Amino acid sequence: MVLLQRPHILLLLIDTHQFLQCWIAFGSANEEGQQQEEFSEELLVKPLPDHKLLAHFHFQSSAPPSTSNGCHHHLFPKAISQLVQKFRVKEMELSFTQGRWNYESWGGFDPISSSNAKPPGVELWAVFDVPQHHIDASWKNLTHTLSGLFCASINFLESTATYSTPEWSFPPASGNVRYGTFPCEAVCTENLTPWLRLLPCRDKAGIALLLDRPSLYRGFYHSQRLHLTSTESSSEGIDSGIILEQTLTVVLQPNSERAIEVHASEKHVQPSWSLSSIFGKQVSGRCVLAKSSSVYLLLDRGLVAELKFPNKENGKSAANGLTSENFWSNPSFELSVNPDRIFLEESSSHSKSLSILYMFQVEKYSESEPFDIGLMWKVPVAWLCQQTPLHASRFLMGSGNERGAIAISLKSTQFTEGFMSANSKDGSCELRVDVFQVVPWYVKVYFHSLRVFVDQQPRAVSDFIEKIHVSPSKDKMSPGVMEVVLKLPCRVNTAALTIEFDKGFLRIDEYPPDANQGFDIPSAIISFPNFHASMVFLEDDSLNRSPLLSKFQDKCPVMSYTEVLLVPLTTPDFSMPYNVSTIKCTVFALYFGSLLNVLQRRVAEEERFLKAKAAKKTGRLPLLLSKLSAKLRGRRREPLHSPPSSSSFINSKLVLKVILVAGLAVGWQYFFS
Amino acid sequence: MAETKEKSLSDEKPKPRVRPIVRLGIFLISHSFHVSVVCCTAGVLALFLLPVLAKNTYISENALMPGSASPMLSNQHVSDGNRLVKDLTNPNSKSSETGIESHKIIAQYMLDLGAEVSFHKFHPQMNQFHPLHFFSSPDSGKIQENYSCSSYGINTVGIIRAPHGDGKEAIVLVTPYNALKSGFGEALSLGIAYSVFSLLTQVTWLAKDIIWLVADSQYGEYAAVAAWLREYQTPKFSSLSTPNAEMCPDVNNLFELKGHSISGSKFSNSFRRAGTMASALVLKVRDQNEQFEDTISIYAEASNGQMPNLDLINVVNYLAVHRQGLRVNVEKLWSLLNSSWLKSLGEIFESLAKVAKSLYPKWKFGIPATEYVEGTATLASSLYYQALGVPTGPHGAFRDYQVDAITLEISPKFSLDKVWRNDILLRGGRLIEGVIRSVNNLLEKFHQSFFLYLLTSPSKFVSVGVYMIAFALLIAPLPMVAASLYVDANSSSNCSKGDSSTPSAITDTDEHSIAIRSWRWLNSAKLVFIVHLWGAIVSLLPYFISQIPDCSPTTSFMIWVLLSILSLLTLNSVLASPLACAKATQEKEWALVKSVTISSVFIGLGLMSVINFATAEIGALLMVPMCLLAQPLKLDVRAGTLRSFCRMICNLVLGHIAFPPAAFFLLKGMLDGFGNANVGDFWMWVESLWAWNSATYLFIGMVQLPCWVLCISILFHTC
Repeated sequence: MVLLQRPHILLLLIDTHQFLQCWIAFGSANEEGQQQEEFSEELLVKPLPDHKLLAHFHFQSSAPPSTSNGCHHHLFPKAISQLVQKFRVKEMELSFTQGRWNYESWGGFDPISSSNAKPPGVELWAVFDVPQHHIDASWKNLTHTLSGLFCASINFLESTATYSTPEWSFPPASGNVRYGTFPCEAVCTENLTPWLRLLPCRDKAGIALLLDRPSLYRGFYHSQRLHLTSTESSSEGIDSGIILEQTLTVVLQPNSERAIEVHASEKHVQPSWSLSSIFGKQVSGRCVLAKSSSVYLLLDRGLVAELKFPNKENGKSAANGLTSENFWSNPSFELSVNPDRIFLEESSSHSKSLSILYMFQVEKYSESEPFDIGLMWKVPVAWLCQQTPLHASRFLMGSGNERGAIAISLKSTQFTEGFMSANSKDGSCELRVDVFQVVPWYVKVYFHSLRVFVDQQPRAVSDFIEKIHVSPSKDKMSPGVMEVVLKLPCRVNTAALTIEFDKGFLRIDEYPPDANQGFDIPSAIISFPNFHASMVFLEDDSLNRSPLLSKFQDKCPVMSYTEVLLVPLTTPDFSMPYNVSTIKCTVFALYFGSLLNVLQRRVAEEERFLKAKAAKKTGRLPLLLSKLSAKLRGRRREPLHSPPSSSSFINSKLVLKVILVAGLAVGWQYFFS
Repeated sequence: MAETKEKSLSDEKPKPRVRPIVRLGIFLISHSFHVSVVCCTAGVLALFLLPVLAKNTYISENALMPGSASPMLSNQHVSDGNRLVKDLTNPNSKSSETGIESHKIIAQYMLDLGAEVSFHKFHPQMNQFHPLHFFSSPDSGKIQENYSCSSYGINTVGIIRAPHGDGKEAIVLVTPYNALKSGFGEALSLGIAYSVFSLLTQVTWLAKDIIWLVADSQYGEYAAVAAWLREYQTPKFSSLSTPNAEMCPDVNNLFELKGHSISGSKFSNSFRRAGTMASALVLKVRDQNEQFEDTISIYAEASNGQMPNLDLINVVNYLAVHRQGLRVNVEKLWSLLNSSWLKSLGEIFESLAKVAKSLYPKWKFGIPATEYVEGTATLASSLYYQALGVPTGPHGAFRDYQVDAITLEISPKFSLDKVWRNDILLRGGRLIEGVIRSVNNLLEKFHQSFFLYLLTSPSKFVSVGVYMIAFALLIAPLPMVAASLYVDANSSSNCSKGDSSTPSAITDTDEHSIAIRSWRWLNSAKLVFIVHLWGAIVSLLPYFISQIPDCSPTTSFMIWVLLSILSLLTLNSVLASPLACAKATQEKEWALVKSVTISSVFIGLGLMSVINFATAEIGALLMVPMCLLAQPLKLDVRAGTLRSFCRMICNLVLGHIAFPPAAFFLLKGMLDGFGNANVGDFWMWVESLWAWNSATYLFIGMVQLPCWVLCISILFHTC
């Protein structure tokens, strides 16, 4: 509740504040608003090599600058625009991910994977347009607002020990970036619903109708992302206001009748699918508020190369000349719906073959005739997705509770070798790899122990590291950040970075409830600034307006995330506080008891009392007791008034008596029960 | 001490009171004989009572929820597994010399399931004696120069990635497999693992990755698993000039064939990893058949008596007994099962319990005599294997990396025709599935249940809180006896020197000599120190002896004994031989030596109980009576009473038994019969101890042997 309250109050504040402003500006708003708020919905479907299917939903809403439109929005979610205005967010990306992106079989070189493959859990980064000393405060407020907005524990990113300030390796390089991840966040439908609420049609109409929760969360990978850019405050002439980009990337297994499939002779045939078989729903027309609503089917480069389209050579011309029969009635597969358009990729520098994009307009379909595209494979096809130049994996080394090491190993995928050799004009071909690694403070990394192995040879760090930026962690204050720029030779086969760490100790109240699970080290980001994952499809005026395809044209560097690591730390026995308080109480009792004893006692008087007691004849039992105590005092050897034998005799007599009585009792019990 | 003496001397004055705890201590010290007799008896008795005191096991971690889900392993998966078994036992697959064919078959099967497959080549690493490497964490291994292409093993590793999981944790399933001479049992274990694996590729509940390791056991099961773990946990990034396995033609062949069989992305020759290992199961199927019913044996002891979390054993036991109807076994000392004295002891306990129950119905601690005997046999083997410090299976390799692991060995009942084979595949598979599902449910690592326990049956255990009592009682008299001996030695020399009637005179005049006398124990301490030093040298000697090429165990042992004696004599002569010139004036010299010996034994046992409890317990059983009883034989002969005669006999017997080799042969004789005892066996045994980095070896060399030597020197003390 506490988590939720704060953002609400904030929003309320924003509301009242904004309202006054808007009210004043209302009159002039409408005339100026040449730019309309726009919303577009798109879905991209792509078959993956390992019999799975990638579905990428892309919703984009844009709002013109607020000065032109006041605080009133037709389509654009108000919550987001208020958030942008309040915290002066220039750019922000929030992603919720479940599962792992399989870089090896799903590829890592295309725009979809390099911008939508995210680490498990929550990742948030934001660029602020406020003075340096206000950034942290803005970040904290932003995390709280977002956590309220998305029903997630993003508010844990508030503490300075969880977020970091990337200096230059993080792509939107600027000093105002804050970056935080929360790998152990469980992502589920409660996060999806608020995300859908930002859409004008929610999931009631249009493509979002497909978002059937059970089939989504049954998938192998699920990542919902929210990216917003605001150019509102910039003084440039062309203002686009706020652009909110909501994407949902899922990897699903089409019909999972594997059991039958295995024994079939044609087990390598890709499963056939249709939208209704995957999602269990069909699209019955577009969201009426959307400017464009289209579904794309992407056959990536590797697949197209395998398929051997009959007239590949003159493909370009065919694509221009509207729908060519050749492209959709292929001998190896069959589409259930004729595509409205076919786009062919412009020649890319990275690969010989070109990918093909089929476009379907959802506008044409209605309730009576729902849209449902299907793909039927006829012959087995096997292909590989284009991978990142180096495949990165990260793991922990060592064992025990004391120390360990993090290793990042980079392995050449040999996929882009041809490209690299082509690129090396002057003979000294170099591959630039940026590594961005955040480690929590309780993993005390020794940055001096950074070692580099290239092709299984230990090498000097300075030979391959061009630039390094390290900000050591401060206990309970800030995480350690390491940013490295590696320059590797293009021919490199394997490279590895290792860095050692000590495991720290936490205070007992700093352990999470499931402390024995271990602690997460967030994913490292490996990016390849020399390589740009972009797909440029042949220009067309209608294409120009498709946000998804224009997104594909952006030259973003190839990025990949490594695995999240789990470091087992020493955990205390959590009953310890109880034990400690028990012991403490005992010590206190002993201390005060003896203190009072000392304060009360008067030695001389006691001795007198003892003497008087000795003079007096006492009863038999006290005498025995005193004798026993005398024995305890170790006065055995000295001659006493009574010989020691008698004392032990009496003693044993007493013991005998006790035993006799006990025996009687036992016998009584035994015989009369 | 001196203070109390002074106090006792001045008895007329009213004394300041001594603290009760000090008084109690003095009382105990002065009655050390009775105390030690009572404590030792109680200690031994408590040890024998442990099977009675054992508690029933229970699942401590709620998240495990064993058996709450119905097994999903169907006949479909079983027939998958059967297919693999058939392919593996097919004579065609064994045609290849190196058994590569069968590895290919396994890899192909894994690939067909959609798992990620990789081969791990390793060179078997001979276990070397590394002095001072005992408690260090496993390192990445010494680089040996003489690798050859002929000797390498191939582990086949298949990994299923959990579809929704974040890949932070993994569960390991190990099946040892020797491709060269695999019995049917090994093939069957692969079949079980495969059927589980094929199920796990389809399930949606998987939260942790599954690693299936087919360990090439031609160089030993442990070596293969340990090599894989070493590569997993502490990889070496730099390969020096040593010939790599990649250069060997066979291995290249292996990779080539695989590459194009299926879409290559799933297969790679690089080492593949999943996250932190949550737990590991080693699955074996025994070749010879059990006569009564399908049984499953659990082996849990890892190096130095470390045990996996009790919950892991509980889960296996619960699922095997209550779900799959398998009988669960843990190791027993079979020779104890038929011993009549144990039976009668059990009967005594039983009748006692009956009486107690009739007295008070809530006292229910009795167990039937047969159960008692079985419990004792299990407990004894549990103690023995923990004390040995040698892992009882490949699971031991995991424990070195703090991964909980056990070995399950299934012994099927009947001759394995088709129906029975399917049955065992189904039941074994469902058991493994259930265990994996339980571990998969775990949010945290195993931490709820016990790590320190002894098993008395698969479903009964004795926790550390109980079994420590027996040990504590055994060693409790040691400090008291040491103190009383010290006091005695000092006071008796006092008495001999001066007139006891005028003690005050001594205190006044001869304070200086008292001061000197009170430091006399240093002499004995020096002796004890020298003997312990000798013990350290003796335990280092095997390292050098093992360097001698072509040495039979018997000769090695002889060399060891000779060198040990030689070094003892040298040390004795060099370091001012306190044994010979023991300042004959002090007739109580032996008492001081005994006192210091006992103290050192106490410290040694106390330390050992922290490292390996079972070793300390067995050591205490041998050494405590010997230390306590040791007295110069001459004195006993001189006394000539019955009591001293008894003591002499006891001393002689214990002096023989407590000698480590003698104890070893006695134990071996009791277990296997005395017929084939060989002197070299001890050497072999010791070799295995140091090869496994067992702390027991250090204990024997540095605590027990010196203690024995000191006790013998006390026995033959000339006084």
